[in-house]
Amino acid sequence: MKLQELEDAAAQVVEAARKAGADVAEAVARSGSHLSAKVRLGEPELVEEAGSRSLGLRVMLGQRVAVTYTSDLSTFGRRRLVEDAIELARLASEDPFAGPPDPDQLSRPEQWPPLDTFDPEMGALEADEALRRARAGEAAALAFDSRITNSEGATFSRAAGGSALVTSGGFVGSTEGTYASLVVNPVADDADGKKRQGYHWDAKRHLGDLAAPEAVGEEAARRTLRKLGATKLATEEMPVVFDPDAARAILGLLAGCVNGSAIWRKSSYLVDRLGTQVASELVRVVDDPLLPKAPGSRAFDGEGLLSRRNVVVDGGVLRSYLLDTYAARKLGMQSTASASRGASGGVGPSTTNFVLQPGDLSREALLADTPRGLYVTEMMGFGFNAVTGDFSRGASGFLIEGGELAQPVSEVTISLNIDELLKRIDAVASDLDLRTATASPTFRVSAMTVAGR
Amino acid sequence: MFLHRAQDTTLGSPQERVDGDRARYRRAFPRAREGLRVRWPMTSRYLAPFASEGTSPIDAEIARKLLAVALEHGGDYADLFFEYAVSGSYAFDEGILKSAGRFVAMGLGVRVMHGDSTGYAYVEDFDFGAMKHAAKTAAQVAAGGGAPPQPVAAVTPPQRYPIEMPSLDVAGEEKRALLQRADAAARAADPLVAKVTASFHEEMREILIATSTGRFVRDTQPLLRFGVRAIVEKGDRRQAGSSGGGGRFGLEYFEQPGKGPEDHAREAVRQALVMLDAVEAPAGEMEVVLGPGDSGILLHEAVGHGLEADFNRKGTSNYSGQIGQQVASPLCTVVDDATLHHARGSINVDDEGLVPERALLIEEGILRGYMQDRHSAQFFDTKPTGNGRRESFKSHPMPRMTNTALLAGQDDPDDIIKSVKRGVYAKRFGGGQVDISNGDFVFSLTEGYLIEDGKITAPLKGVNLIGSGPDVMRKVVMLGHDLEFSDGIWTCGKEGQSVPVGVGCPTVKISAVTVGGTQVG
Repeated sequence: MKLQELEDAAAQVVEAARKAGADVAEAVARSGSHLSAKVRLGEPELVEEAGSRSLGLRVMLGQRVAVTYTSDLSTFGRRRLVEDAIELARLASEDPFAGPPDPDQLSRPEQWPPLDTFDPEMGALEADEALRRARAGEAAALAFDSRITNSEGATFSRAAGGSALVTSGGFVGSTEGTYASLVVNPVADDADGKKRQGYHWDAKRHLGDLAAPEAVGEEAARRTLRKLGATKLATEEMPVVFDPDAARAILGLLAGCVNGSAIWRKSSYLVDRLGTQVASELVRVVDDPLLPKAPGSRAFDGEGLLSRRNVVVDGGVLRSYLLDTYAARKLGMQSTASASRGASGGVGPSTTNFVLQPGDLSREALLADTPRGLYVTEMMGFGFNAVTGDFSRGASGFLIEGGELAQPVSEVTISLNIDELLKRIDAVASDLDLRTATASPTFRVSAMTVAGR
Repeated sequence: MFLHRAQDTTLGSPQERVDGDRARYRRAFPRAREGLRVRWPMTSRYLAPFASEGTSPIDAEIARKLLAVALEHGGDYADLFFEYAVSGSYAFDEGILKSAGRFVAMGLGVRVMHGDSTGYAYVEDFDFGAMKHAAKTAAQVAAGGGAPPQPVAAVTPPQRYPIEMPSLDVAGEEKRALLQRADAAARAADPLVAKVTASFHEEMREILIATSTGRFVRDTQPLLRFGVRAIVEKGDRRQAGSSGGGGRFGLEYFEQPGKGPEDHAREAVRQALVMLDAVEAPAGEMEVVLGPGDSGILLHEAVGHGLEADFNRKGTSNYSGQIGQQVASPLCTVVDDATLHHARGSINVDDEGLVPERALLIEEGILRGYMQDRHSAQFFDTKPTGNGRRESFKSHPMPRMTNTALLAGQDDPDDIIKSVKRGVYAKRFGGGQVDISNGDFVFSLTEGYLIEDGKITAPLKGVNLIGSGPDVMRKVVMLGHDLEFSDGIWTCGKEGQSVPVGVGCPTVKISAVTVGGTQVG
């Protein structure tokens, strides 16, 4: 659907909800299309192509809130969307903090910066070309080394989506974006009869920025091969270096704990910690929705407020939570324009591009400066308690010896309360890559418990 | 591949009955066609458009026409998956019903298979032209060969989750009252309780599957989940506890012993209070006793995923080619059982229209079989086990677990704990994850204790267990007679698709597992 059609569809829902008695009505209309092609051992395994669209609605009767969602866009489906919302709002309780943002906070189109998130060429890429790219990526991995003996396949996908937000407070805005990705997933046989799986991927807003399939495939092979011969370690305390993929996962935990909803729910160890040291002074974390072409960029937030850059941690000091209008009211603060509106209509604070700012040390220099330690490339499991900050996860990667990566390691766990973990960051590298909306360069934690044998 | 507690959305809800809809309910019910013996309509208020009384009824003839389009370029097999899912949720927070929501998702997924290649397309309306276009899109994968669709005949599935009334048809006030009871009970349970959140989530999923091999089958799958989370505060310490449950039930779920809103509330508070005094966990390899119920996630991660036949078809699982071999301690018999009445992971038919039964995976330590979908069964030249599941019409089916359990042994659970000099007792888990290729898994404990000299002592701060599946299964040295199924809260993720599952397990002693605490030595 064209953006104008989405805006019209959302506006119709808002009007219908207002007529049905809603004091506040906010509707989001979305449409999307995607093509995905997977090959395995050179043969097409899956070609999937589809389009979808949906309507989401949030209403308030006074300060009673309900949300509804439907992919049934028939007249009947749209009517039910509104009727259900009204009925459910009647059932909800008055919430003194509920309400839309003040109208004078809403952004206007002339304020929106161009973010270059849409590639008009991408939609023309057909299944044959998608298969060719996936095949090229997998073939490069298989040809890289004879120890690559199998494959979980390679997948090329492209997706495009548009959405429009219309609110009874007077906001009308729409946005569109594209995304293309290639992932290659080779398998190698290890000496102990185990198999080792590795992968590499790239994803970009614009097709032309995507790495060549061969480069992705070769890197996937390298990452798989270096896992061969992985062993456990004896239990000990040592420095731990997180590569960008693992570091990003740690940063994601911090993101959850600075989320305004977690703060007012007291579900974060960072309650009452604004202005205090929460990390080492090397740590500067910025949530930046204004980066051109970045995966999490947006010109306005889920409530229509103008997007802005938020410095969350500066010099290790917690400077800001991420807030939508509701969380801000609960905490007696101002919204940071961090509202996100899900396809299903619900609103809550979220990150955009949540990034640990790079240091000036190269990754190699950081490693060379680490005589012995654990280099973590992957983490597994759900061992994090946001309320206390306790952190314990399965990890795999490499032993660092004499400043270089040595034997591969698997089946160990790393544990430390995240409050302490962030304070023990004693080196941040410069190797930031913005493939993902939550992103981090390599960093080192001076000491953690590594549990193994 | 991972397993996690079903997440509470911030929204949701069901509905009061309306006279007009009641009338439709009565009309629809007695006229159910296609030979279905017992079929209640979706709900009185929501009716799938493709139901026989819906706005775009799909019958065997329409299905045959679409399947013919899907196979017009060749292909060996095609199927149609119609889905209409309505879900609702209520979130009770800080003593009030903060938000309620309802969600309708519907569509048709068309799949065409040609050798090992699959073409897939979906569409969100049931207009014939739109459906035909989806069939043509999926058909592009095929070139030559194949067979025309066989005449379709209706299949009557078993009834593993009959309910009196879909919870979506019950007035919202009743559900609000359940949440209120949980909230009040949690606050009354202890003065240290600072925050309480209670949530109710319900779903009705109506599906219709038609295949080019002639199957035509409908199922209606109810699913309900209730959860309470409490936060306690003592000085500057804060801790959370949670309890939840559910399954393929109506509101009668809450009438079962120990499953009332107050029971979950008190359990959440108990857990939070216990964990308030938790100490740092030890680090390193030691004996571990897994409590009954929740610990079934060990089976799910350590062996379950490795026995899904797609990985074995591709030779990428560490269990590939090991049927008939010893893969676990002789104490271990593992089944995947889709037939358990009202269990979260149970299904009458899988998402390829086949009826699953209880599948024997490991018998006294010997690997007996994999969980198969249609595609993998063809490869192994065996019968599908009815484990072909998918998240929605937007996804192709894969071999997936239903309710996976390690069957009971002979030991007294108390004797098992008494036998441990120094180790860890694992009671509740937050989730688990496995790397299929080598069987390495991680489980995250949300409630665990130290065992010292045969007695359960101090509660431990959040800790992980890590190991390799086949290795741990060989180290099962004692097995309790107390098989329990975890209450219905688990959701399994694989290749981006989530499906509800169940897990079950008795008390288990494992001779050595790495415990990921912080206390060295």
